[in-house]
Amino acid sequence: MTAYVNDSWTLTRRTLLHWRNQPAQLALGLFFPVMILLMFAYLFGGAMSVPGGGDYREFLLPGMFVLTMAFGLESTFQAVTTDVGRGVTDRFRTMPISSAAVLTGRSVADMLYAAAGLAVLIACGLAVGWRWHDGPVDAVLAVGLLLLLRYSLLWFGIWLALVAGKPEMLMAVQILVWPLAFLSSIFAAPETMPDWLGIVAEWNPLSATAAATRELFGNPGQGGALWPAIAWPVLLLTVFVPLAVRRYRRLT
Amino acid sequence: MRDPAIEAEGLTRRFGETTALVEFDLTVPTGTVHGLLGPNGAGKTTAVRILTTLLRPDAGQARVAGHDVVREADRVRTRIGLVGQQAGVDEQLSGRQNLEMFGRLHHLGAAVARGRAGELLDRFGLTEAADRPAAKYSGGMRRRLDLAVGLLIGPAVLFLDEPTTGLDPRARNEVWREIRSLVTEGTTVLLTTQYLEEADQLADALTVVDRGRVIATGTPDELKGADHLDVVVRDAGSLERTAELLAGIGTGEPQLDRDRRQISVPVGDRMTALTRAARELGDVEDIALRRPTLDEAFLELTERSVR
Repeated sequence: MTAYVNDSWTLTRRTLLHWRNQPAQLALGLFFPVMILLMFAYLFGGAMSVPGGGDYREFLLPGMFVLTMAFGLESTFQAVTTDVGRGVTDRFRTMPISSAAVLTGRSVADMLYAAAGLAVLIACGLAVGWRWHDGPVDAVLAVGLLLLLRYSLLWFGIWLALVAGKPEMLMAVQILVWPLAFLSSIFAAPETMPDWLGIVAEWNPLSATAAATRELFGNPGQGGALWPAIAWPVLLLTVFVPLAVRRYRRLT
Repeated sequence: MRDPAIEAEGLTRRFGETTALVEFDLTVPTGTVHGLLGPNGAGKTTAVRILTTLLRPDAGQARVAGHDVVREADRVRTRIGLVGQQAGVDEQLSGRQNLEMFGRLHHLGAAVARGRAGELLDRFGLTEAADRPAAKYSGGMRRRLDLAVGLLIGPAVLFLDEPTTGLDPRARNEVWREIRSLVTEGTTVLLTTQYLEEADQLADALTVVDRGRVIATGTPDELKGADHLDVVVRDAGSLERTAELLAGIGTGEPQLDRDRRQISVPVGDRMTALTRAARELGDVEDIALRRPTLDEAFLELTERSVR
């Protein structure tokens, strides 16, 4: 158990060292969502209206938080496939460390990255006029839901990376993430879409978290219950944690 | 007599339709260098992956450093080092950070890991580059770092999977030198290679594999087989007649090389063959006795296995 904690920490620390060695790369990753936020807030935002009224930026921010969590899938995927491709994973697997420690190290590092990204985006949101309206408890709960979403996508990302195996497949993951993100209630309300598309968007797991966080932050747009925003990630975790662990143990 | 460092029996592994390894046997005595030689796709890497606990065999069993690679994989992992085909180092970390991280993961403790890292950087001539990211290293430097990581715990058995593939001759020599000095310290090495010269230089014994099967085992000298007598004639017209005479002197079929007007034949006793050739052949341009190259032996072995 001590070994597990120590090994997980050593591997988390490894990613922290990456950040220290390449701060520019870290900054670029953290500020990419900020760029998209500014683009939607000022470039497209003027042309958007929120059904039921309300400020578009207030509507947009919860969606942007969700989007940033979804983008995290790409960094998980890239980190895992790079290790597999470079033989680092093989080296770990010939060492006396548990697979759980390797995967925990990855997930703790990615969650720290997600939390940092979220903090940057919240600060920018506050700067462009977004606010939470229903008190700090609900706001913290909303942040919790966002991180839960990220955590579930992280395990999906690990599994996907172990199956795909090559860093060159990142492009394919981006092609997967973008429509998944846009076909949701992140940037536009599903009511404004053609019926069938609106249904897809409403059933998108990302929309569930977007709706629940809008509700909790007291932001405009269609809110939603808490439970789908918990149920979806839990479902993803139930499926992909065992799949990822199994895949890691059986890598060839 | 100590137990062998590596003992494999009947290892078999299939990947879907292809059988990568068929009833593979291997015994490597402690403190020796064993070469696993074979063309691309022969099953060398599959064998190494099974012996380093990365892959489970479909059949057969193996013990490394006294422990079963499937049932006691964890025990095996505390005793081995692997230097794979890709340099298994984190390119975003410096050489020192890599060694310290892998040292901690070997449970050396932070202080010991730091000390070990310094020693190994020094030994592999990486002290100057120690704090640069490994991504900026040359191929040879990265391979030396890889080797250093493989040696962190002073492993009982070190697996080197094509350790010099893609290196220039100078870097290759550096790696060879390191491997030799390791062996003098008592490490057992299993080395896979496509280069016969490498096997010849480093290995005490060889196992030749082709299409998943062991086709020969022995010392490099044993595998090379008999000495060869090379005769160059002055006139291409006399090639056939000379070859006939040489067939009587040698122990095998003479091989003709018309362009070079040369005949090559394996012989038994060196001196007898040489004096008989000098006496019986008459006017020839050159007669030379030589040890066969491992290349010749290798080609012969793999051709034989095709037939």
